[in-house]
Amino acid sequence: MAYLRGFGSWLPQRRVSNDEIASLVNATPEWILEVSGIQERRYASDSDTVAGIGLLAAEDCLEKAGITSADLGMILVASGSSERFCPGPACEIASGLGLSATPALDIPVSSAGSLIGLILAAELASKFGRVLVVGTEIMSRRIALNPDDKNSAILFGDGAGAALIDAESGFARITDSCLFTDGASSETIFVRDGQFRMDGQAVIMQASRKIPRAINELLSRNQVAASDVEAFLLHQANLNLIKRVVQSVKAPLERFFTNIENYGNTSSASLLIAADEWHRGHAAISGPLVFSAFGSGLNWGALLAVPS
Amino acid sequence: MEPQARILKVLKQVTGKDINPDPDESLFVSGLLDSFALTDFVTGLEEEFGVTIPDSDLSARKFDTIGKVQTYLACKV
Repeated sequence: MAYLRGFGSWLPQRRVSNDEIASLVNATPEWILEVSGIQERRYASDSDTVAGIGLLAAEDCLEKAGITSADLGMILVASGSSERFCPGPACEIASGLGLSATPALDIPVSSAGSLIGLILAAELASKFGRVLVVGTEIMSRRIALNPDDKNSAILFGDGAGAALIDAESGFARITDSCLFTDGASSETIFVRDGQFRMDGQAVIMQASRKIPRAINELLSRNQVAASDVEAFLLHQANLNLIKRVVQSVKAPLERFFTNIENYGNTSSASLLIAADEWHRGHAAISGPLVFSAFGSGLNWGALLAVPS
Repeated sequence: MEPQARILKVLKQVTGKDINPDPDESLFVSGLLDSFALTDFVTGLEEEFGVTIPDSDLSARKFDTIGKVQTYLACKV
């Protein structure tokens, strides 16, 4: 058994509006809003690190879940933007939590990394007990704010999210998941030499089909109607993509939580930031939850949880 | 109905416009298709022609014109 026990998040204070970005990428604020649904995003300060902001989200999650770091059996950290590739931020976050022997592993997958973390945590909880999943990204240092990289530059923001998976108790029980990788399209989204690169057109086309397919497969094999799902919590990639998923899944739009308007696309952190924000208004649930994400790899999938 | 007419039928359904583009006219440059509409177009083609179009073939290059779509489908059906 594995349960969702709590979430946490941390976001930088600096708000970056479409007005601020538009002139740098030779676009208008209205165009940015139209193609992405984003009104503003947050940028980390020069002194922030990927591990540092991940630690703040982790601490927020532990506090909300009412446990201490000593209660953790494992930490999984997703990031595609860490300053150091190997080792990544997981070991620093564990150290920051005062842990010196708890396994802490990196998942270097942008956008889909925290979904992968949740799915692995659900499987590993029976062995490790409480597993903390963190998604942490400072994407603003991986994009170029110029017209040549306009389609990526307008999307991304910084932030961190966290989730606690517990083997024994929580507000929702994780019942099933699906996870896929298509390496033939690995050049669609990647980070090389510190720079994030994305073929936005290809990503939209692939994600528009793969995300609904994963969700529908998961719901179908668990005999759950999309209309019965209490909330769909998706990687906040692009509001137009989320609306496309809504159409394909055929569930009411209001069941799809979004906060991309305020934070932009925070890559692998976005799923857990969204979950934390949603959970603040929904401490108890009465219906199934669906998590889904799509990202570099290509990796994508979905996870189903039901009320405990 | 000829394949070209069936492709056009799907395109009209996706765009919601009564259009008749030249077989070599770029559907993207003309604004008839974008990344989102292409996935609808491909899904419509799958249903109309009874074929499965793999995700790996989801490329604007392959579906950029009515002529290219016709060539692609000729290899599928």
